Amino acid sequence: MRELAPARPLGGPAVPLAPLLWAGAVLALVAPPLLLGDKHWAISWPKPWIVPLKAWITAFMTWLRDDLSFGLFTFQEATRFLSWLLGQPLALAGALLADGFTRGSGSDAVLLWPPLPWLAVAGLPVLAALWAGDRRLALLVAVCFAYLALFGQWASAMTTLASIAVAVPIGVAVGLLIGIAAFRRPWLERVLTPLLDLMQTVPIFAYLVPILWFFGFSPVAAMIGTIVFAMPAMIRNTLLALRRVPVETVEFGRMAGCTRRQLLWKVQVPSAAPGLMLGVNQVIMLSLNMVIIASMIGAGGLGFDVLRALRRLDLGAGLEAAVAITLLAIALDRLSQAVAARGPGERSGPGWLLIAAALVAAAWLVGPVAPAVQRWPDAWTLTTGTAVNEAMIWLNLHAFDTVEAAKGWLLVNVMVPLKRLLVGLPWLGVVAALALAGWRLGGWRLAATAAGLTLFIVVTGQWEYAMVTVYLCGLGVLLAGLFGMPVGIWASRSEPVHRVVQAVIDTLQTLPSFAYLIPAVMLFRVGDVAALMAIVAYAVVPVIRYTDHGIRHVEATVVEAARAMGCTRGQILRKVQLPLALPEILLGVNQTIMFALAMVVITALVGTRDLGQEVYIALSKADVGRGLVAGFCVACLAMIADRLIAAGSERLKARLGLA
Amino acid sequence: MRPVKLACRGLWKLFGPEAPRWRGRAPDATALASGGLIVAVRDVGLEIRAGEIFVIMGLSGSGKSTLVRCLSRLVEPSAGAVLFEGRDILAMREAELIELRRHKFGMVFQNFALLPHRDVLGNVAFPLEIQGVPRERREARAREVIALVGLQGRERHYPRELSGGQQQRVGIARSLAVEPELWFLDEPFSALDPLIRRELQDEFLRLQSVLHKTIVFITHDFDEAIRLADRIAIMQDGAVIQVGTAEELVTAPATPYVAEFTRDVPRAKVLSARRVMRPAVASNGLAGEVPADARLASIAARVLASDRPLAVVEDGRVIGVLGRDEVVAALIGREPVDA
Repeated sequence: MRELAPARPLGGPAVPLAPLLWAGAVLALVAPPLLLGDKHWAISWPKPWIVPLKAWITAFMTWLRDDLSFGLFTFQEATRFLSWLLGQPLALAGALLADGFTRGSGSDAVLLWPPLPWLAVAGLPVLAALWAGDRRLALLVAVCFAYLALFGQWASAMTTLASIAVAVPIGVAVGLLIGIAAFRRPWLERVLTPLLDLMQTVPIFAYLVPILWFFGFSPVAAMIGTIVFAMPAMIRNTLLALRRVPVETVEFGRMAGCTRRQLLWKVQVPSAAPGLMLGVNQVIMLSLNMVIIASMIGAGGLGFDVLRALRRLDLGAGLEAAVAITLLAIALDRLSQAVAARGPGERSGPGWLLIAAALVAAAWLVGPVAPAVQRWPDAWTLTTGTAVNEAMIWLNLHAFDTVEAAKGWLLVNVMVPLKRLLVGLPWLGVVAALALAGWRLGGWRLAATAAGLTLFIVVTGQWEYAMVTVYLCGLGVLLAGLFGMPVGIWASRSEPVHRVVQAVIDTLQTLPSFAYLIPAVMLFRVGDVAALMAIVAYAVVPVIRYTDHGIRHVEATVVEAARAMGCTRGQILRKVQLPLALPEILLGVNQTIMFALAMVVITALVGTRDLGQEVYIALSKADVGRGLVAGFCVACLAMIADRLIAAGSERLKARLGLA
Repeated sequence: MRPVKLACRGLWKLFGPEAPRWRGRAPDATALASGGLIVAVRDVGLEIRAGEIFVIMGLSGSGKSTLVRCLSRLVEPSAGAVLFEGRDILAMREAELIELRRHKFGMVFQNFALLPHRDVLGNVAFPLEIQGVPRERREARAREVIALVGLQGRERHYPRELSGGQQQRVGIARSLAVEPELWFLDEPFSALDPLIRRELQDEFLRLQSVLHKTIVFITHDFDEAIRLADRIAIMQDGAVIQVGTAEELVTAPATPYVAEFTRDVPRAKVLSARRVMRPAVASNGLAGEVPADARLASIAARVLASDRPLAVVEDGRVIGVLGRDEVVAALIGREPVDA
């Protein structure tokens, strides 16, 4: 930073200075390791200097768990009570959907009454689809549930559904109440906002470690993890929706003489209903997103099936279960959207409820005597698992050499050198370079933020893991950009392409992130290349979406003016549309980085050695300090990228007069 | 004279970083000049009498909306007093204020402010519902007022199924459901098309001729003010700069701003025979009689068609005469020579 000093007094943008500055920064990054050797303190942070944050966190958590007492009860008793309390509805839902009502436990259990027959479980959503939507929706829902039955996923799907059915209402209710409390008390919102921001950037994995610590390995712990993960969306949407209620509507309520409580529950909350339903929809989708990850701390069901298949590399089975999760997500998503879109006027009589009740009653009564109603007969199931596995074997036999050659080339020529370069970078130089970037893009405050976040990673001793994360993530983003931007541009210029691309990326987005690992591993086996491919596939969606959207939404009059001046289509694209769409495209890149970071953590499963692996190891060892520190470091990376790119996008917008 | 229903004295509403320092007292000149204050309502004093339509008129940003919200205490004024039937509503506790709003006040909003999740009946019955009136009684009353505004048959419609004009009829019905004594209307017709606006203005006048409420009506449209008002208060930069009948504003504007405002007013609709006539007591040779309160627009044709002037009559007495010269002079904007 010192060489910058003369730039300020000169005043104005130091344009000719900039290239020099950046050249200097690059030199400062690359030269020191060559001159000082990689043991110097400015290159790699000395071990004795590492702040033992992990140990502190673990000590604190241990104290919470083992020693903290509130007088009448201890902290541990409180968590156990909570766990018991949440276990009740989960047990009920599990009995209803999956296991049936039993007396006794273990192998002595006597089945008193079977669970809801499949006909009723599948029939209710179809009825709901008919009630809230139309026949097409009902057909879609029916197909989704038929898949579950047909491909033998029913039992697992019901366990998953039971967990979702309890987690979603709790997440919605608690999120709503917290949102309302924050809406009414500005100080609470000020406390909550940064917390919610942090929760959004800390990888989901890292949440699980403290939950595992306090609640143990169980379906209830997994459900708590799901709720903690999904609830912030409800809080945000509640705040947003309540704030969007027109001022006049609230004034009307006050003028009518509402008490505060009446104002809230009779005017504000009902008027905010559409926004709140959006929150409900998001909670459902996020809960389903969590299914696989939650199975790491004890959720059974489809998520566990995927996880087990991944661990065994039984990819056929994994793919089937992953598709089941996706279809469940699609069905619940469309269904909840249809319910939300129903205007308040579209009441319907008790007829629908009656039909639903009749269906359940009939199926439940007939079930015990008619096995085909109670349980989908095994004879009717089929599987593609063997076919998939055979296809893989075929692929390995025939394409092995080609794939292996490509993989080897990529590793030797791109990935390994890049990894070496990044890991070898001096921390001091990186801190300085990021501070410089922050200062150029957004002033000293951003510089301090970027430097501070980087330093956190350095002093907690996570530097090397972080740089591996950056290498995988950075390369993934680069490839996603190289592929995604042309696709986005193409989609923006052709309506049919746009429609196809849109459909594809919408589907990609409902896939659980774990599902991306399966084909990647099928093709490339475990390792960095498989991880990279999964990252690219997962993170390419926002680049495409934002590029397409950005170009399409360049002001039509400007494009017309360019055409009137005689620009060719190519000239319009290069000289008008792309420059004007650049801020939007940058936002897409930003999203892509966030997606890539989320995925890079998950790729720990296929054996990368980055921050994600740290969290994964911490999870298996229940080492809460280790997991949280690594999680915070991922959050730091995300925040550095986010703040710098957002500032860059803002600056560009301001310069283009779009802000 | 009818009793004062609502009055305010020395009313201020300040915004800006310095505003909290001036709670309960009027800011001094230095504070106003400092730039740390944004004045929305500036030292306003008004007296609104029972049964009158009092229009507060001003351009956007003049503070009229804030003023009406201060009068109903939707916005907490910085300083001053608001007296409803002699009681200071700014000194009231929350519970008292709620009682007052439940039984004495009604308000109609510019953008209707209907509750989207309730049908017409549910919206109109809402103010009664929160008072705890039993369903049957409140719905019966709601049906009455819905019929009063001409929406019978649409009780089960939802706001989004109604046109703007119909929605505002619901808003009006809802504000009348509790039989308020004081009726606030905040630009009720501004969001409507001109034709619908006109229709609802007529409807409003018809309702008032039956109901005789005390009305505070906000508008930015001077034509609307003339059509509806008994008296008009003109606001500029948060202050009320003149209060009077439309005729008084047109013939004796207090400031150049008011004059500018009233310049394009159709004078025939505002000026009365009394204002335009030549004072006289003799009644010889006159062609007929016109009442002193009659607007020129309604009598000009008769005057112009007649060779001789007409007598202007008040309480059966002739107080002046009105001929072609007076009418023409008035219509082209030349003031009559005051006696």
